[in-house]
Amino acid sequence: MSEPTITLNVTRYRPGQDLAPRSQPYSIPYKQDWVVLDALNYIKDHLDGTLTYRWSCRMGVCGSCGMMVNGEPKLTCAAFLRDYYPQEIRVEPLAHFPVIRDLVIDMSDFLDKLKSVKPWIIRKTEKPISQGEYLQTPAELEAYKQFTQCINCMLCYAACPVYGLEPEFLGPAAIALGYRYNMDSRDQGKDERQRVLGSHDGVWQCTFVGECTEVCPKHVDPAAAIQRSKVDTAQNWFKSVLLPWGER
Amino acid sequence: MSAVRPDKSKLYYPKMPATWWLRKPSYFLFMLRELSSVFIAIFLIVFLIQIYQLTRGPEAYVAFAQGLSSSGWVIFHLVALAFAIYHSITWFQSTAVVLPLRLGERAIPPGVVTALHIGAWIAISLAILILFLALRG
Amino acid sequence: MAAFLVPIHIFIFGLAVPFGWITDSGALYRHWLVKLYLFVLISLPLYHWAHRFYFTLNDMRLGIPREPLALLCYGGAVAGTVVTAWVLLLV
Repeated sequence: MSEPTITLNVTRYRPGQDLAPRSQPYSIPYKQDWVVLDALNYIKDHLDGTLTYRWSCRMGVCGSCGMMVNGEPKLTCAAFLRDYYPQEIRVEPLAHFPVIRDLVIDMSDFLDKLKSVKPWIIRKTEKPISQGEYLQTPAELEAYKQFTQCINCMLCYAACPVYGLEPEFLGPAAIALGYRYNMDSRDQGKDERQRVLGSHDGVWQCTFVGECTEVCPKHVDPAAAIQRSKVDTAQNWFKSVLLPWGER
Repeated sequence: MSAVRPDKSKLYYPKMPATWWLRKPSYFLFMLRELSSVFIAIFLIVFLIQIYQLTRGPEAYVAFAQGLSSSGWVIFHLVALAFAIYHSITWFQSTAVVLPLRLGERAIPPGVVTALHIGAWIAISLAILILFLALRG
Repeated sequence: MAAFLVPIHIFIFGLAVPFGWITDSGALYRHWLVKLYLFVLISLPLYHWAHRFYFTLNDMRLGIPREPLALLCYGGAVAGTVVTAWVLLLV
């Protein structure tokens, strides 16, 4: 009696040795409850120890295991084999990023962009500890809570054609993160983020394709954050031009 | 501790193919949505030319309008109408995302906002049709 | 605005009038209010087209140089606005 198997076509790339990535097929046992990450781990443990890839929590909260599965950006810990079986599954590194090795991509551009939106509470006037905590109503929390759910998995960058075409683009997650802080009632840093968010490579590169929101595993809806940021940065710009002496 | 950056000389930089928008249905629909602006612009130019005919007399205007009943123009206008409707619907869907509306405490779901826009659009279209029928002379 | 108004105008002027379902003598366009309405209806969407077309052609990676393209698109919209105003004033 033979066990059912499924074939994974996995991208391999050895820096300094290969000129370009190539696809390598692996035939693995098919288990009903396995995800693509389980398949990759099986390959590494039993078939080919040289396969290199990132993963950690295996439950969709760390954002480490993002890859292209049959051309779609997915968390491999959330992509079930049974949704593809018996067809072959193509596993490639996350699109629009430089490839370091096999399925591992260089995320330094992404990290730089996250930092550029100053993702921390910025205060014009600090409140001394003796005055207690910053209070926030449930409604104020609702205004930005959705955008705190980002796990930095970069699936949205892989889905965004603008980021693929124009690597200078800030990108969905970074803009959503900037928006998250701008919408936080405790924050007073909108002006400091304006230059980066409102620049040509900021929100204005976005043509609202909407794919970022489609692929986001945490339902952050970065597309909404970007479009609302467009309204925000435009309003901000008008205010700064028409009322330059005003203090918000 | 500074972050370790990978050796840039060994990185593989994937190229985005020029046919990227043919690879996924959602990308293709996005392109169609963007190209709808071309058909709308062409229609408006044709419309402007039609109005221009009035400077050459009312007969020229009527003759031009009749010329538009040729099969080539009809096909163009049908295609332009399809694109214009697609543009309108996708625009209303975008508006629902961009401007979150609230009724007191609760947010109005985007589907409802889109439906309200479509209702308003139909009402405005009918109003224009009626106004035109009443005022045309 | 284009989303609300353009479809019905395509229906009226692209289909209804050419087929004779509705007769139109064109006298309506002499009125200044109608001219103002038509000016807004025709010239504003041209900028929407210019912006989208410029971005779309760049996205399609056809190798068209950016500066001349920008001039063509946004310049075209400005030219269209001027021509629209001129025609409407003539009528």
